[in-house]
Amino acid sequence: MKKKNLLQRVIIIAIVSVVGLYIVIGPRHRPSIKDFSWSGMKATLASNIHLGLDLKGGSHLVMRVKTEEFLKHLAEGNAVAAENAAKDAGFEVKSARADVGSGNYNVVLEVADPSKAAEIKEAVQKKVEFGDTSVWSYTASGNQLIWSISGAGQRTLADNATTQALNIIESRINALGITEPTLQTHGSQSSHQILLQMPGVQDPERVKNLLKGESRLELVHVVSPPSPAPSQTYATEEEAKASLNSGGTVPGNRRVLKYVERMDPTAAATEDQSKEKRTKWVVVEMPAIIDGSELRNASAVPTRAGGTEDFEINFSLKKTGADKFGAWTGSHINEYMGVVLNDEVQSIAFIKSQITDSGQIEGRFTKQSAEDLALTLRSGALPAPIEYLEERTVGPSLGQDSINAGVRASIVGLALVVLFMLVYYRGAGVNAVVALVLNMILMLAGLILFGATLTLPGIAGIILTIGMAVDSNVLIFERIREELRTGKTIPSAVDQGFGRAFITIIDTHVTTIISSLFLFVFGTGPIRGFAVTLVIGLLVNLFSAVYVSRTIFMWELGRKEKVESLSI
Amino acid sequence: MIQIFKDVRIDWLANRRAFIAVSVLLMLGGLFSAIIRQATGHQAFNLGVDFKGGTVVTVKFKQRPGDEAIRATLSQQGIRDAIVQATDKQDTVLVKLPLEGVSQAEVESGRALVRKSLNTFGTEAQAGVHLAGDPNASYEIVGTDAVGAVAGAQLRNKAIAVTLAALVGILLFISLRFEWTYGAAAVIAVFHDVLVTLGIFSIFQWEVSLTVIAALLTLVGFSVNDTIVVFDRIRENRRLHRRDSLYKVTNDSINQTLSRTIITSGLVFLSVLAMVLFGGEVLRGFSLALLIGIIFGTYSSVAIASPIMVWWEQRIEAANRTAALSFNKPVRGGVQSPSKGAPSRDSIAAQAGKRSSGASRV
Repeated sequence: MKKKNLLQRVIIIAIVSVVGLYIVIGPRHRPSIKDFSWSGMKATLASNIHLGLDLKGGSHLVMRVKTEEFLKHLAEGNAVAAENAAKDAGFEVKSARADVGSGNYNVVLEVADPSKAAEIKEAVQKKVEFGDTSVWSYTASGNQLIWSISGAGQRTLADNATTQALNIIESRINALGITEPTLQTHGSQSSHQILLQMPGVQDPERVKNLLKGESRLELVHVVSPPSPAPSQTYATEEEAKASLNSGGTVPGNRRVLKYVERMDPTAAATEDQSKEKRTKWVVVEMPAIIDGSELRNASAVPTRAGGTEDFEINFSLKKTGADKFGAWTGSHINEYMGVVLNDEVQSIAFIKSQITDSGQIEGRFTKQSAEDLALTLRSGALPAPIEYLEERTVGPSLGQDSINAGVRASIVGLALVVLFMLVYYRGAGVNAVVALVLNMILMLAGLILFGATLTLPGIAGIILTIGMAVDSNVLIFERIREELRTGKTIPSAVDQGFGRAFITIIDTHVTTIISSLFLFVFGTGPIRGFAVTLVIGLLVNLFSAVYVSRTIFMWELGRKEKVESLSI
Repeated sequence: MIQIFKDVRIDWLANRRAFIAVSVLLMLGGLFSAIIRQATGHQAFNLGVDFKGGTVVTVKFKQRPGDEAIRATLSQQGIRDAIVQATDKQDTVLVKLPLEGVSQAEVESGRALVRKSLNTFGTEAQAGVHLAGDPNASYEIVGTDAVGAVAGAQLRNKAIAVTLAALVGILLFISLRFEWTYGAAAVIAVFHDVLVTLGIFSIFQWEVSLTVIAALLTLVGFSVNDTIVVFDRIRENRRLHRRDSLYKVTNDSINQTLSRTIITSGLVFLSVLAMVLFGGEVLRGFSLALLIGIIFGTYSSVAIASPIMVWWEQRIEAANRTAALSFNKPVRGGVQSPSKGAPSRDSIAAQAGKRSSGASRV
């Protein structure tokens, strides 16, 4: 009966060890003899374990937030808003435009009656955020009311946009599952640059594009005669502008946007390939009904009609956005609305009935591009486009020499521990060393399985694990010695020693695992890296220090009929 | 059989006033250092480039010296905590210096300092002439940029909040398995260890980098581990020796676990000492924080956690006795030999023991 129990334990341990060892040094492809040579195993180990920036280096990307675009958008948006506000208050407005150039961002409102300038200003400022005098300065000249962004205001707004971009990039990186990046501002404050360092990633181009994606989503009213007439599109940009009857310029409350018509997937196969990308132009109203800041969620889904390569994005709106959108669609039934992404019309939809809180972005998305777009939409639109200035590969930030020194020192430390255990506990010391080695192999296997990136804080977690692993053995052995001193027989002393020490080990391990789970769930970056290795290490340790060590004792005691001495 | 201790009988709790006085003095020392430095316009802690940002100087060499050599010349110019990072180009390195602010003047001063120290490797290429075009030059500063903090205030605050939440988790679990006084005492001991370690870093103005934060997390783990081992023994002994006072039980438990404490802490101490001695300059902050943490983590489970727990339990017991006198029935079981018929803490402990005995089979 006891023999059978022992056999079962040995089999479990053997399977776990072999699987663990294979995860650590086994290749991910069909293994060949060469993979199990010394250099082959080293190479596989290096590719299996992801090392972080501090230990291995990675890519170094400097990007710039085009804050001038942000300020331009802001001025344009406010020009339309100012015009609408003045008109709503019953004043006649000749024109409204954003005057942008050479570092100036002005909103110019031309009114019919200059004597009412003060009242118009009041009316506009009630609705449009010109109130912050540290940003906007107001002047009036003739029939023009001018709000301009002051130099200090430009700096503040641009800095805010940079910070916002930094946060959005951070959330996108996290959503992508890139572990342990570093993100910091770069260059002088006025340069609006962001430095991203990330450990080696599978597809750097995809990451770069994904981070760059502006993902500015807008739902707009398409200027068009109501249904059943088809939505109004124009073959060229000029034609679209001409339709506005404003002498070739686009008034502030209109925009002319590109629209790449989506082909019916069933018809696409038969139609001429050159027609597939038919670019058209449409006129839409400014401002948009709602924009991407009102999004609650976005996800990629396959289109109903399409094949495997056809995906679209479903989105839902927050309460505030849904209210606004619902009210608008309710009053515009039989008209057309457009889904605009980064100033390009993705799709035009006919409003059959009131729509409140959800919609689709159609277009010919592949699975990957739809998923990426959904991810960027969820993380929010970048306040301004970004451009990459510099890209290079960097070595470990701790310095290769320090890492080598650290590795040497750790080996010295481990050797000391092993030596002590063998000298002090003799036979039982072998148990401890076996358990320790197994612990380290299985811990690495766990890290690989979780796809964790190992950084210095992670190594701190490993150090704590090894400390607690040694402690578990010391606790058990000291306890067995104590039991032996009270005159118990050897088997019963081993039994008692394990039993008593096990309670302590459970208490210490569960306490540390609970606190690490807090660190893991709520922590970021280095804190999380520490928690991951620690949790894995301690779970493994319960197996290696208790179960495995116990099994070795059982085997030792089971060999002889009558146990007279125990090497401990 | 080699044995370090045999049948030790030290009255640890007799020294509790001295222990606590030493700890309070150490913490006050650190606090004073931090406050005085802050008040005199210095920084309480010598924060590294991770926390406050600095300057990145890109240097191109003809003959690239080793990282250690570059670091050594930098530290001769008083730049103690530079990060030297290799790049994909063999001859180019990035040198990160912790400096205040991101203004142009400060970036320039960083550049000047780097130039001054790099001159030990030879002269810089003349302005306008590239490294390749200047036969006498041995290096060229290709670029100088300010960088922000990797761990900004947001990350720092979040880290502190998360660590506090983890400590609450520890408090709750220990309270569940033992008594809430045990949990409170363990967490106070952990706080003590972190504060003393940080205090020492402030006094000596050792650099606090992200790696030091990792070391602090590790020492929290060690300290809690040590404390629980002692508490666990106290719990067991209180069940076995019901007639003994908590004071005696605690002393006995510390003595019984002493050889384990010395062996474990000693081994970890030795390993970390190896890292301090041979681990190199960059990891020194990390290994020093660990070393100090292990010393105080071990010390605090004996000298802080246990006395606080005993003191607290005795106070509760005294309060209960008063309550028992005035109402003639105890509110909560006594600590020293409980009055007859009262629902004693020992019976609670016995129940806890029963609960855990099921788990004691391996």
